[in-house]
This record gives sequence, C-alpha cells and structure tokens, in this order.
Amino acid sequence: MASAVAKSPPQPPPRRRTPGAPRRRTGASPRRLPYLLIAPAGLLMVGFIAYPVISVFYYSLRHYNPTKPWRNGWAGFENFVTAFTEDPQFWQTLGFSLQWVAVEVVLQLLLGLGLALIVNQTFIGRAMARALVFSPWAVSGVLTSTIWLLIFNSQTGITRYLADMGIGSYGTSWLSDTSTVFPAVVVAELWRGVPFFAILILADLQSVSKDLYEAAEVDGASRFRQFFHITLPHLKDAIILSTLLRAVWEFNNVDLLYTLTGGGPAGETTTLPLRIASIAVDSHDFGYASALTSIAFVILLFCSMVYLRLSKFGGQDK
Amino acid sequence: MSTTQHLNREADTAGPTAPASTLTGGPRAPKRRPWDEAPRWQIYVPLGLYLLFTLIPFYWMLLFAIRPAGSTSLLPWPITFEHFDKVWTERSFALFFQNSVIVGVLSMLMTTLVALAGGYALARFDFKIKRGFMLALLCSQFIPGALMLVPLFQIFANLQMINSLGSVIIAEAVFQLPLSMILISGFIKNVPYSLEEAAWVDGCGRFRAFCAVVLPLLRPGLIAVGSFAFVHSWNHFLFALMFLSNQDKQTIPVGLATLMGADSVDLGALAAGGVIAALPVVIVFAFIQKWLVTGFSAGAVKG
Repeated sequence: MASAVAKSPPQPPPRRRTPGAPRRRTGASPRRLPYLLIAPAGLLMVGFIAYPVISVFYYSLRHYNPTKPWRNGWAGFENFVTAFTEDPQFWQTLGFSLQWVAVEVVLQLLLGLGLALIVNQTFIGRAMARALVFSPWAVSGVLTSTIWLLIFNSQTGITRYLADMGIGSYGTSWLSDTSTVFPAVVVAELWRGVPFFAILILADLQSVSKDLYEAAEVDGASRFRQFFHITLPHLKDAIILSTLLRAVWEFNNVDLLYTLTGGGPAGETTTLPLRIASIAVDSHDFGYASALTSIAFVILLFCSMVYLRLSKFGGQDK
Repeated sequence: MSTTQHLNREADTAGPTAPASTLTGGPRAPKRRPWDEAPRWQIYVPLGLYLLFTLIPFYWMLLFAIRPAGSTSLLPWPITFEHFDKVWTERSFALFFQNSVIVGVLSMLMTTLVALAGGYALARFDFKIKRGFMLALLCSQFIPGALMLVPLFQIFANLQMINSLGSVIIAEAVFQLPLSMILISGFIKNVPYSLEEAAWVDGCGRFRAFCAVVLPLLRPGLIAVGSFAFVHSWNHFLFALMFLSNQDKQTIPVGLATLMGADSVDLGALAAGGVIAALPVVIVFAFIQKWLVTGFSAGAVKG
C-alpha cells in the first residue's frame, strides 16, 4: 500500500503548463481542474465515511441510547471499561472473530493459490473451467447462506442422503450442533471466498516473465524449484495485499453468519461486528456499540500495520 | 508499457467478430511450452474435484427450486415452476427484484462516474492534496460498512432518507468509490498521455480528447469496475436491511433473509428465490469473465 503512495504518477509533460502550449479549450483552469474532478468523490467520502468514523469515536465516549434518554450523557471511558471487564461476550466474540479470520484466510489462500496455478496451465477447456470455478466469487453472502442452508437442513439436506448410505443419523443439522457448526460455516464461506484469491493470483501470474522460466529450464531447475524461486517471489506483493484485504473483509463479514446461523447456536459463531450489529439493532445501546466499533477499528488498524511491516510489503520501492 | 499494449489489444479484439482472445485460452490457443508442461492428470484430477465442490451447491439449489415440494429425488423430475410462482407473487419477489435493479444500476452509475472523474485527476495531475487523498482512499479500504451502520443510520435519518432507496444507493456507491477510483486511475495511467496530447494538437479540448481517445481504451477496465459495483450492490444485504424497513422497499437479499428467518422454512420457495437472486449475477459474470482477470492485472495488484 505504502508503495502505491510513494510512487509518483507518470508526470504529464511540462508542455501542459508552459505558455504557448497546444491550444486547449478547457473550461476550468488547469490548476483548479483536478480539485473540481475529485470534489464529488471527496465530498461523498467526507460526508458518508469520514464523518461517521469521527462520530463513532465521539459516541463511544457517551451513553447514548434513544430508548433510554434519561441515561444519555458524557461517559468518558465507561463503555470501554464495561467491554473489557464486565462483558464476557466481548472476549468470546473477539476470540471467535480471530479464529474465523485466521482459518478462512489461510485456507482460502492455499486453495486459491492451487486453483490459480492449475487454471494458469494450458489445457483443453480452460476458458470454461475458469468461468465455472470462479463463479461463486459473484455470489452474495445471503445467497451463499441460502444454498448451504438447503444443503445442511436436517430433513432434506445432505445428512439425509449420507444417512441413507449409513453415515451419521437422520434428522441432524450441522448448523445447530455446537461441534459441527464451525466446520459447516467455514466450508460455506470457503466455497465463496476461494475464487477471490484465485482471480487475483491468476491475474498476477500472467505478468511473470516467461524468460525466467526458460532460463530456469535451461539450468535444469525442476518445476518445484521454479515455483519456489520464480513464481512465489513474484506473487509476494499480490499475496500480501490480497490476504490483508481479505482478512479485513472476513473480520467484517456479517451477511453470511447473520443469515446462516444468526450467531448461534448459543453464541458460538458470533463475531465482534455481528455482536455490534445486534447491540445496535436489538438494545439500541448506540454508545456501547460505538465503543466496541472503536475497539474493532483499532484492532484492525494495528494488525494491518504490523502485518505490512512484518511482510515488508513493497519494501524494494523505498 | 507491455500492459498498455495489452489494453490496446483487448480493445481491438473486443468487437463482436473478435477471435477468442489469448487470455481465455480456448482449444486452439494452446501451444505447449516447456514450462507449462504438467502431467495432464495433475491438472484434471484436482480441477475435477474442485469443480464438483463448486457446482454441486448450485445444482442443489436448482434441484430444490424445480422439483415438487416434498420430493427427495436427486434428479429434478418432474419439473415444476410452482415455487417460482409462489415466491414471485406471494412473497413479492417481483417487487424486490425491481428495487434491487434500481439500487444496483443507479449506484453503479454513480460509482463509475464519480470514480472516473476522480481517477482521471489522480492519474493525470499533480496537485497539493494528492498524496493525502490517495492515502485516504487506501485507508478507507479498512473501514467496514458493517461498523458504520449506527452513524450512517443517523445521517440518513437526518436527511429524511430512511425507507427510501436513495439511502441505500448512496451508501453502496460511497463504499465502492475508493477501490473503483484506485482501479480506474490505474487504467488511465496505462493509456499514454501522448495520445491525449495528440488530440489537443488536433484541436480537441481536454474533455473531448478524453472522450474520443481515452474512453474507448478504458472500456475493459470500466466494464470490470462497473460490473463489480453492480454485483456488489445487488448482493449487499446490511444497508438495505438497516435503512429500509418498509416491506415494499426491500431488496432481494433482504427478501431471502426473511424467507430463511421464517419459523418453518419453505425450502422450495427459498431455493426459487435464490435462483432469482443468482440470475442477474450469472449473466453479468458470464459477460465480464473475459475482462475480469485482465482488469485486475492491469489495475488492482500492480497499482
């Protein structure tokens, strides 16, 4: 990320600003034009992203609950103290969030990398194969829930057919049993998430110089060594960036868990954002929800920075 | 610069009579090179297994949608459309579909236009706050819509936009903006500035030069970004759930969630609703698949 900022854009030739330049019939002066062009985006982002972020931090320091107006007022750090000391569910949901993110990102990356390497080969039917294996990428969280609810339901789901074959018993639902619910939701999210990595990695694979492989071939390097010494180093930045984006995204993934398990059974699959949403929606305790949101922000920011630093992302550009 | 040539070639071959591009492969493309050679089974066996994992869930949904209620057959026979009838009329998916189309198309247009203007400024000008603006764009990637629900709800309440599709359109567009703008500015950077200058020499203004020279070359990128935005807001659930409480304003994902949340889930109707939700996405996806990988390789990862 840092590299993208550090790199200066290809500079327009100075001719643009020198007097006597080619005739231009531009409406605004070149000095003001870029500001006019970014103004709509800038205003929208200030109004609907920056302002909400600031107000979250502000409300996190207040008691604010529209249904209990008599308690509203300045709270200082009380909301935070409550979260860290009096709310066991906070720690539980935080723990599950981390487990969820780690498992999903690692598995999605490994499967996505493998898939990208396979569909990067030349073989008959490749275009079709790519279209089919990438297709769940475009499927929504709610639709994923729909599909996997049909698969996991206890009467006509997959357990019925497995029971017909003598595996397991009739009438079990993997989504309502605390021992099977985690693998079940992980598989459902994998189904949708793997293509994201496969697409990004495949895009990057196509820019590896073929000469490198030819040279390695001449030197007698095995395909295995070619992968570790040419392919993987080339993919490094893409992998770092995509895992980071995906980790943030999975942390904030509410659609799938909300609709597939509702955070249950017994709160087993409640992530921190899911808990925040339910506090805001059910008990309208916006102050406390804002405090939890601020904590989530800080965690995300901190983890992202540590990750970028440790992985030395874009380091060679400095 | 090879990326630029790449873009040009894509634009050239994008016409209706274009031959299968090298990107999508196709049976005629393969020219075996030594470094490509993996034993065939190493390709087909894992690919086959993964295809099963991908396709069986789709088949499962389709099966439930077209076989009669109560049937447990694994083959969809006899075919019935009763579930579709039911979900389309009784469960008002016709209305949800219409709302989703409005939200999807308008937020896509808003995202693409605003991102195109901003992306052009970022690609072609140097100005004071540019670095800060880029940084803001990148940082906003880490700001989750899910955590912004409370303040956004208050903003839209103040604007009297709760229960109007406008709130969802704006929210979806805004959260798509940063990534779209980064992508589009990458695409624009790949178009040589000299092309625009040549058009100025020929007497075009900046705007006309942009429309005549740059825009056609941006086609693959814009299609990728626009489709991405459309699919995203078509699929997105949370904003519609929070900002639209009227039944007749809801979108398809909320309709599906309502079906799932019912005490006794009508699986046939749910599956039919799922098929309806998937159809536009499948169509868009089939259409952009060719550009998807190109679009990303040109803009996203390389910055």
